Amino acid sequence: MRTDFIIERFFLLCALSSILVIALIFIFLFKEGIQTFIYISPIQFFTGSIWQPVASQPKYGILPLVAGSILVTLGATVIAVPIGILCATYLAEVSNPAAREILKPMIEILAGVPSVVFGFIALTVLADFTHGIFNTTYRLNALNGAVILAVMIMPTVVSVSEDAISAVPKEYKEAALALGATRWEASRRVVLPAALSGIIVAAMLGIGRAIGETMAVLMATGNAPLLTFDLLSSVETMTATIAIEMGEVAFGSPHYHALFAIGLVLFAMTFIVNLIAELVSAKFRSLRY
Amino acid sequence: MKALSNNNLKIQTKNLNLWFSEKHVLKNVNIVIEEKKVTAIMGPSGCGKTTLIRAFNRMNEIILGCRTSGEVLIDGKDVYGLDTDVVDLRRRVGLVFQKPNPFPKSIYDNVAFGPRIHGITRRRQLDDFVQFSLQEAALWEEVKDRLNDSALSLSGGQQQRLCIARALAVAPEVVLMDEPCSALDPAATAKIEVLMRKLTQNYTVIIVTHNMQQAARVSDFTAFMYLGELVEYGETKKIFENPENELTEKYITGKFG
Amino acid sequence: MISRRVREKIAFTFLRLSALLVLVALVAILYYIVSNGIGVVNIGFLLKNPEEGMTRGGIFPAIVGTVYLVALTLLFALPLGVATAIYLSEYARGKNNRVVMIIKMATRILAGIPSIVYGLLGLGLFVLFLNLRFSILSASLTLSFLTVPIIIAASEEALESVPMSYREAALALGATRWQTIRSAVLPYALPGIMTGSILGLSRAAGETAPIMITGVAYYLPRLPISLFDQFMALPFHIFTLSTQSSNPQLTRPVQFGTVFVLMALVLVMNLAAIVIRSRYSRLRA
Repeated sequence: MRTDFIIERFFLLCALSSILVIALIFIFLFKEGIQTFIYISPIQFFTGSIWQPVASQPKYGILPLVAGSILVTLGATVIAVPIGILCATYLAEVSNPAAREILKPMIEILAGVPSVVFGFIALTVLADFTHGIFNTTYRLNALNGAVILAVMIMPTVVSVSEDAISAVPKEYKEAALALGATRWEASRRVVLPAALSGIIVAAMLGIGRAIGETMAVLMATGNAPLLTFDLLSSVETMTATIAIEMGEVAFGSPHYHALFAIGLVLFAMTFIVNLIAELVSAKFRSLRY
Repeated sequence: MKALSNNNLKIQTKNLNLWFSEKHVLKNVNIVIEEKKVTAIMGPSGCGKTTLIRAFNRMNEIILGCRTSGEVLIDGKDVYGLDTDVVDLRRRVGLVFQKPNPFPKSIYDNVAFGPRIHGITRRRQLDDFVQFSLQEAALWEEVKDRLNDSALSLSGGQQQRLCIARALAVAPEVVLMDEPCSALDPAATAKIEVLMRKLTQNYTVIIVTHNMQQAARVSDFTAFMYLGELVEYGETKKIFENPENELTEKYITGKFG
Repeated sequence: MISRRVREKIAFTFLRLSALLVLVALVAILYYIVSNGIGVVNIGFLLKNPEEGMTRGGIFPAIVGTVYLVALTLLFALPLGVATAIYLSEYARGKNNRVVMIIKMATRILAGIPSIVYGLLGLGLFVLFLNLRFSILSASLTLSFLTVPIIIAASEEALESVPMSYREAALALGATRWQTIRSAVLPYALPGIMTGSILGLSRAAGETAPIMITGVAYYLPRLPISLFDQFMALPFHIFTLSTQSSNPQLTRPVQFGTVFVLMALVLVMNLAAIVIRSRYSRLRA
């Protein structure tokens, strides 16, 4: 059938668009970003510790921005991953169906809250909260960013972990119980270890989301590009830098290109994290059987 | 029902009924199991034989909607009583599943699982438990040099013997086996049948089987179930040569199955 | 040593607490938004233009802008997303060749790309290269790139859960592949596709970063009329009011009101998606 063949080719073309989009992202980021190095030396860019693009002698070192992203992401991961795994274990192993019917939609709703709303909350309520507890010098700081990011990536960690834990064959748990294990012993010693790779994937996806988050950290961290690992200091992430400064650059200027270069670094980082998660996930799926 | 000498009764059920939601799966079952013997429970698909043995270690309760009435006495004490420690019951009454289900861990860790839960952590002690159990399950010689290999690398028959070893490692008194050979080839089946007889030295063995010839070969006592009811039980020889109940006779002669 | 029973109790308590924590976080967020925003929101707020430097008046243009944006994004993203899902689910099934696997991996990777990177693509490709300028067109095209992976994932799942027997029955009656898909598969996958689309659009409605650099504006005297006009939008309104104005305190009530409206919009969409999905799965079971 000629028409059928054409139709199939049409759908294939649509599907190939996914690959096209990734290619486009890379092409445009590269095209605009690589021009940075006409004006700025790569060494200064990648190892410079000062980011001051708007100054009489502009400096384009991305280290403070990378450090900012890492600091906030690390903080969020430390909070969200343990709690998320515990929550997922609760959902998969302990909760009754009624509780699950309530909790799972709530987690989905949490996942749907726009990042600007999280940013707004961090800006207004959370900042006061952390100031009250830690007596911070800077009202907007990395800790704020880490906490609000943790709330944002929690749904991802919980739902992917929960899928992994639920996917462990029921026979393993039954065997453990038949040996006289308590439900907790069966979960801890048999089910959770078997779900480990899936849980790792969940953590990685959470990390990927955290690195890529823009608005919430933009509004929460104070946006001072300081190279520091002090959680109570203001920091600026890569994402926030691009978002804020792009509105004020002249197209074609070194600053403009530098922002695209940051975007390239960001793209590379999240691409790698997601790729690793993909590979671990594939290995997990093949191991299961 | 043939009376057995009361001194040797390991398990006794009194009017045991069980429902899964609305389905009445066990109907007024009164059976006695003599200790340190092999009792086979046979019957057509769906007659409730698996449910019956799982009632002995209360594994049916894992399924939502399970309700029971009546008593199951083990050593004279009702295990459905309010003060029963179900976790300990399951240690005392072990279960080997139809399809071998070793944990995705090493051979050693599979067998050591039970002892570890009970607080045995010293390597020497665990080694002893593992060796003993694997010997009891007639698997030691085949795996003693590769205890750290994954359990999933064993053949079907070996995995099933591993599951038996794993169950024996917690020093049970009763070993339940739910059609343990149905997923295995004849050679592996023969090995396990020999094992069943050997186990009676130390354990009470109850097997569920689809295979009448197996029941006749292996067991001391046989019970026949049909549609949730215990139709007849007694010494294997008698059941097969001279059954009292017409239904039993029909089943044995293959009129249905 | 602590007994095994007690260990189990302690462990389960921790598990329950963690779930409670997540629940409390959501409830606290919702409570904060609703309690502060509900006083501000009324018909006037929704229908009037901003007045007096955004301290009074309403957010009508921002609402309109967001609605236009979501509609356009739907227009671009839905066909492409569903078509891709159709290919992956119906034509590529069983074909585990290189191309198919790369497409699937690409889709998943796209789902993980930061929204600001999509914004950069939009800026480079639509605004500059294709010379669409800062416009609602550029912004919605950018957002549709972001939304497509979500629609693909949900649609693929919906299509794959349609029983094979439906397809086989149609094919046995002599239908072509496409006829089979159109009549025996798509109709049954529709609820799942709708769910996915709604969730994707709800995400698009809430995005700020990509539209920041492709065309959204803080204040415009008129509503957008052509595709090449700039526009206002709810998320950007929230952002600018709370961070860029000289005294955010003055506009705080309007901020809360805007957050409330955006959250209401997103919540309604999410709940609709959840309801459709559960009614659909009940029908199947």
